Parts: sequence; C-alpha cells; structure tokens
Amino acid sequence: MKADPKGVLTGSHFLDGDHACAEGALAAGCRFFGGYPITPSTEVAERFSQRCPLVEAIFIQMEDELGSLAAVIGAAWTGRKAMTVTSGPGFSLMMEHIGLAAMLETPLVLANVQRGGPSTGLPTLTGQADMMQARWGSHGDYEIIAVSPNSPQETFDFTIKAFNLSERYRVPVLVMLDECVGHMTEKVVIPPADEIEIEPRRYYKGPKDKYLPFKPDKDLVPPMVDAGSGTRFHVTGLTHDYRGYPVMSADCQEELVRRLVNKIRKNADHIVEYEEEQTDGADVVVISYGITSRVALRAVDLARQEGIKVGILRLIVVWPFPEKRIRELAGKVKAFVMPEINYGQMVLEVDRCACGRAEVALVPHGGGWVHDPEDILHTIRQAAKGKGVGKGVIEYPRKKRG
Amino acid sequence: MIEIRFAGYGGQGIIRSGIIIGKAASLYDDKFATMNQSFGPEARGGACSAQVIVSDDRVLYPYVTVPNVMVAMSQEGYSKYEPELGDEGLLLIDEDLVRPKPLRGNIKLYSVPATRFAEELGNRIIANVVMLGFFTAISEVVTVEAMKKAIPTLVPSRFVELNLKAFDKGYEYGLELRGKEKRGKAGTAGRC
Repeated sequence: MKADPKGVLTGSHFLDGDHACAEGALAAGCRFFGGYPITPSTEVAERFSQRCPLVEAIFIQMEDELGSLAAVIGAAWTGRKAMTVTSGPGFSLMMEHIGLAAMLETPLVLANVQRGGPSTGLPTLTGQADMMQARWGSHGDYEIIAVSPNSPQETFDFTIKAFNLSERYRVPVLVMLDECVGHMTEKVVIPPADEIEIEPRRYYKGPKDKYLPFKPDKDLVPPMVDAGSGTRFHVTGLTHDYRGYPVMSADCQEELVRRLVNKIRKNADHIVEYEEEQTDGADVVVISYGITSRVALRAVDLARQEGIKVGILRLIVVWPFPEKRIRELAGKVKAFVMPEINYGQMVLEVDRCACGRAEVALVPHGGGWVHDPEDILHTIRQAAKGKGVGKGVIEYPRKKRG
Repeated sequence: MIEIRFAGYGGQGIIRSGIIIGKAASLYDDKFATMNQSFGPEARGGACSAQVIVSDDRVLYPYVTVPNVMVAMSQEGYSKYEPELGDEGLLLIDEDLVRPKPLRGNIKLYSVPATRFAEELGNRIIANVVMLGFFTAISEVVTVEAMKKAIPTLVPSRFVELNLKAFDKGYEYGLELRGKEKRGKAGTAGRC
C-alpha cells in the first residue's frame, strides 16, 4: 500500500531529527499523537501538533507519560496509527504500558530521544543509555522491536519503518534517537507519497461473530478489528485465551507468552537489519548504532590510514539483535570494538554472541557529548592485537593527552 | 570541509543564521551541511551559538572542533568561542559590539558595523542578515544565489524584501572590503 499523500510533505527540507520524526510519522499514516512534553523530544510533539489539523489527525497533550501511552494504545484499537514520544524519566514512566501494548499486541510507535541519565540527568544533552531499558524495561517476558537512526533523514525513514514493523507484527516499536540526532539539522528529502511503502493493518475478514482477537495466523500474528466496527471483542493485560478473556493457568500462559516472544524471534531474519562494510578479511569490526555510528566512521577512516584492517557493522534494527551475524563474524575477526554513549549495554549482546571467540572491547562514554574519534581509534589499535580474546568485555585505558 | 561558529546573544538571530547557511549549502548549493545549536538556560539573552559544518562529502562528526570561520556578534560570545578558532581562521565581527584581542597566528579579521547598518535600514533585528551577506562575500563558503534562495523561506513573508536588502548591504560591504584588500589597500582587514 502507498502512503496517503495528505500526510506527505514531499520535497527537500532542512530539518532537525525531531521534526523529521514527526514528518515520518505523518507520512506513515500516523493520525493520533498522545504525549507529554519533555526535553529533548518536545519538538516532535510541537511539529505534530502544528501539522495535525491539516491532515485530520488528533493531538492530545496528556496529563503524564502513563496517560500518553495509554491513550495511544486506545487510539490504535480504534483503527488509527498512533504514536508518542518521550525521553529519560518519561521513558521510565511509560514502561508499564509498553508491557500492556506488548500483551495486547497493539501496533504503535514510541520514539525515545535519549538524553543523559540516570534520573533527570542531562535534559539537554545526549545519551544512549536506555538501550537495555528499551528491551527489558517492562516486567514479564516479551519481545520488542527497536530501530536507531543516525541522522534526520534516517529518522524520517526509520519512523516509517517503525510504523510498518508495528503493523506487520502487532507489536510496539521503539525509535531510539538521541539528543544529538534529535537536535541536529540536516537535509531531509521526503519522497512523493507513491514512493513510500506502507504496511496496512492486518484486518480480520471472517464473520463478525467468529472473531478471535488473539488467534494467530501462521506467522504467529493475529489479525485485528477496529473498536466500534461492530465486532465484539475483549482485550486485557491479564493472561488471556484466543477470545481475549482472562485464563489464569500455566497452560494458557505458556501458549500466549511463548507466542508473544516467538512472533519476533522466529521472524527475526525478516526484521533484523544492519549495514556492513569491509568486514571480509577484517581484523577488527567496529559495531555501533545511532549517532555513535557516524563518529565511529571517522575513527575507522583514521585506522585504515594506519593500515589496520577495520570493518564496520552498523545496527539499524537494534532489537532484535543480529545474533546470527555476530556469531559468524566472531569466528573470523580478532576483535569487536563497540563505542556507545553508556557504560556498556549493547556490548553485552556482542559479548554473548562472540562466545569467547573474539575480543570484545568497549569504548564507553558517560553521556553529554559524543565520543572523541581519537578514543575509538586508540581502542581499535589495541584491539587489532587481539590479545583480549576470552576475557569478556574489556576496556582499554584512555590515551593520555598532552 | 569548513567548520563555522556563530556566536552572539539570544535574540540576535544567531541560530537562524546557522539554519540559513545550512539550508543554503545543503539544498541550493548541493553540498552537505550539519547545523547544531546551543541548548540550555543560556538561550535567552545570554551567550548563544550555532555551529555549521559545510562539506563536499557527508558530514560524519557532527560538531565543530576547530572552526575555520568564526562570526562574533557579542563580546561574550567572542570571548567564549574565540579560543577555539583555528590559527588560519577567519574572524568576522560586528565592529560596534565586539572589541577583539590582538590577533594570534594567521587569523584574518574582517569587521562590519552590521547592527548599525540594520538600524539604518530600519530594524536592528536584521543585523544577523547583514552579517550573513558579509559572511557570504568574505568566506565564499556558500554562493550568494543559494543564500538568496534560502532567506525568503526562513523569514516572515512580510519581511522578505527587508531581509534581502540587509543581505545585499552586508554582501556589498564585504565585496568592497575584499576589493580593497586585493588592491593592497588593506581596509579594515587586520585592523585592531
């Protein structure tokens, strides 16, 4: 299905990442936004609220982040594509309803413009320290999808991708920006509507009295109906059967939760997406995501000038994690180097998949700014020796500056 | 790759200047540009800055490290950011608002009474656009055509004409200064 031209601002623009996120949502067909302003994500809400009268969308500033995500879940069940956006403390407040959205298998998009934490931390400065919270933040077992753009253009593109994935798998999808990408202004090209591919909602087509909201199709994803369209249905956060009614039993729990997890895990090959360059014959592969993937490229260029064989693996979809590819590479390279603006989150996944067959070196950063490419280069040089294999995640002391 | 730092105080249109240059370069000159701005409690009245990187290739590292060009429209902004300007850099100042220190390295200084010109044109709010015209003539980072396409898209429609007039004023002043420089009559270049 092609995009509705009403929401597509075709042309070349000079936009920051936050505004590009709002435009991506509108192009994807998002027609409901429930949010609560928080720096550095507020500009997404501002842009959406300004544009929504023109596209017949609804914008509600809710009382808080709990209400925001609850409203978005409700809107999604009325047939609208819906999103919210937040950062830092707001993301923590949304955790309960991320679990509810996962349990109700509600397609929605949540953009988190990450800032420095913990707690109120650095409201106006960048961070990448919510990556594990994105995956594990709500209680119970579930799987999530998350994407990580590194520019305003990608924020536009990946927000559309997020909506499409959410509809395809009936799952909340997170767009994990960071303050740097959110506030950086660059050229964004918005294509004509007929060049934007949109995943339509998967609707139930059988007789109205036979609808079972949680009876999956072969790919483990159940079809939906819209509230108010004449079909009776029930949804609940309690463990439920195909009808959506609570069933407090281990058997029902096993069937439901295993499916919630498997609809992502079994389809991971279709969801996982990454960019790879010069990994064949590389001694070191630098793995990165978001803004750090751009900063890392400068370090990689410098390392190559020194004759070090460095490859790049850049995560586009961060959850599910590209385990299979990391395992393959682990048998071929000496080391993985992972810069991230936290003290070691996604690097734990890399280490898990490396299985002790390649060194895993972290280049941490506490947040507030991006890495100095020199620090990444310094670690690449050390890692090229491959002496830390089997030692778990290691960290080289920073190079002293004169 | 050219790194540019704009510094002034909140309300002078410093951020807007960064957006205009970035848009001109990336949309109308077919180059790559990344613009960042200072965020924080200093945004109103206090020191305020915008940074733009203009490049023929994709910009990787998004922040200015050693600016090639610095534009200062307040003493505080000048004092805060002047030390990072490269030794070969261009320093552009509003001569009524900034009193520069003796020049270091091979830094070249170009002065323009941007705010005074803007007042003469009827509104001091367009001082930043006078400065943009001056910047375009002196630095040659963006083309005058691209700037003239970008400005009307980024100022209120009823002020387009005034802004273009302000741009021309600064641009012509810059051209004149460069002409004098070439003829060996170093005008205000290096004056301090």
